[in-house]
Amino acid sequence: MEIAIRLQGLVRSYNGTRAVDGVDLEVPRGSILGLLGPNGAGKTTIVRMLATLITPDAGRAEVGGFDVVHEAARVREIVGLTGQYASVDEKLTGRENLLLIARLLGLGRRDARRRADELLGQFHLQDAANRPAQTYSGGMRRRLDLAASLVGNPAILFLDEPTTGLDPRARRDLWRLVGELREQGTTVLLTTQYLDEADALADRIVVLDRGRIIAEGTSAELKERVGGRSLFVVVADSARLDDAAEAIARIVGEGPQARDSTLSVAVTSSAVVPKVLRALDQAEIEVVELGLRTASLDDVFLALTGHAAEATSEMSEEDA
Amino acid sequence: MKALDQTLALAWRSLVQVRRNPWELGDYSIQPILFLVLFLYVFGGAVAGSTEAYLPFVLPGVIAMNMLFVTVYVGHGLNTDLTRGVFDRFRALPIPRWAPLAGRILADLLKQALCIALLLIVGVLLGFRIETSVWEVLAMVALVLVFASAASWIMVLVGVLSRDPEHVQLFGFTALFPVTFVSTAFVPLDTMPAVLQPFVQANPVSLLADASRALLGGGNALEPALWTLVWAAAIAVIFAPLSVWALNRRLARG
Repeated sequence: MEIAIRLQGLVRSYNGTRAVDGVDLEVPRGSILGLLGPNGAGKTTIVRMLATLITPDAGRAEVGGFDVVHEAARVREIVGLTGQYASVDEKLTGRENLLLIARLLGLGRRDARRRADELLGQFHLQDAANRPAQTYSGGMRRRLDLAASLVGNPAILFLDEPTTGLDPRARRDLWRLVGELREQGTTVLLTTQYLDEADALADRIVVLDRGRIIAEGTSAELKERVGGRSLFVVVADSARLDDAAEAIARIVGEGPQARDSTLSVAVTSSAVVPKVLRALDQAEIEVVELGLRTASLDDVFLALTGHAAEATSEMSEEDA
Repeated sequence: MKALDQTLALAWRSLVQVRRNPWELGDYSIQPILFLVLFLYVFGGAVAGSTEAYLPFVLPGVIAMNMLFVTVYVGHGLNTDLTRGVFDRFRALPIPRWAPLAGRILADLLKQALCIALLLIVGVLLGFRIETSVWEVLAMVALVLVFASAASWIMVLVGVLSRDPEHVQLFGFTALFPVTFVSTAFVPLDTMPAVLQPFVQANPVSLLADASRALLGGGNALEPALWTLVWAAAIAVIFAPLSVWALNRRLARG
């Protein structure tokens, strides 16, 4: 198994806070690794170090066998980077953006034009090719950004929160494109704070919290770590959500996670179901739906860190 | 060779951008013409007795002022790239570290040259007479461009230090207005208060305007031109390393 990306004891601090606090990681060639964590977990900082944009304070990292500090120029020749904030030039058209990157990568005028057209087609941007990128929708912009990072056919691609802020359809579009890259054998390091995204795209998932790796494995392995199943309850009156959470916590022994009017908590036995139902009934809380399902990565995160994955930390400004 | 191609590609990008930014385009075309016409017909009579007498005086002044205003866009564009993530994309590419900056300054010089040409043409249409040879006119254009490239470094620094592009413009123009007006760009030295005169005389805008007047209308251009070059060298020596240092610091931090 060939390793495309290797991190050893990687450390990077911001204003005295360790944004990345000793991360060891290996990504096999041709695979997709999902770096999962909330804002401020250190995901973006890791990507920026791997893309040679910032240097580590300690530890080392190799991309494609090249050291990111001492062989940064070589690293830049084999990687593509799609930032969290679409980093296309808004004043240029989609085609001009791709032409610029192609020219910067040393393609001749004709080759640059051919490559740009190819990517515009592949990313369904032909119709908007001659419009300035500032008129694009969020999804189109992200597609253009991804296309821009693929102009040079990079062997290794960094996708930093590629779908943050996109609507569900645009997300799925982008997922499909990343899936196509996997088939072409591109190694992808993907950061995300969406658990379903890591689940859908990544071969392996590394869970990051406050600059440290707190769990690692396939999506199935991670789900297994929390007992495999979770109980979910949908209450009719969301004003009673807290009461319901309290009742469930008394029986399961752990506070459930709340989202809208749904509560969910990892459980080890199905025996809790009738007990929970009875407790809710006694508390006169009307239940719309109640059942067991395979644990989601949300449950995994809660079980691993003790706090919800979507919680934003005070560092979000630096590492959002 | 490759690095040159890359710099040219980046310069192309800065030029193409202008098309989509009507304000910027206006600042290169409509604004200088507007300034020239306004100054000429509003102040001409008061300052020089007539618009005809004022034109040879004010045209070089407007050229100098416009040159300074255009440099603000170097800082504005750089800051936009920094804050919007475009600069990061470039830095992740296998191109020289200095290429994005070099491309921007190169594009800026082209814009500057076009502005000068435009103002000269409009000036001639309004009745301006070039009294000197082609070489002296070219020397005048070169002098303005040399000073522009030095002044650009100040705006690079402003672009690096500013939080967002709007602040670059705010700071840039606020700083440029007094520098431009406390000079001989629009009015003769002896009409100003005595306390102001030493500043006016030392101001590079005055020196550049005086040199340009002489190079277009005849007279002693050598002294003001040399002092303009000394200023340009001093600005470049201070601000180029300072800007690069500040830029590297900002990049290392992020």
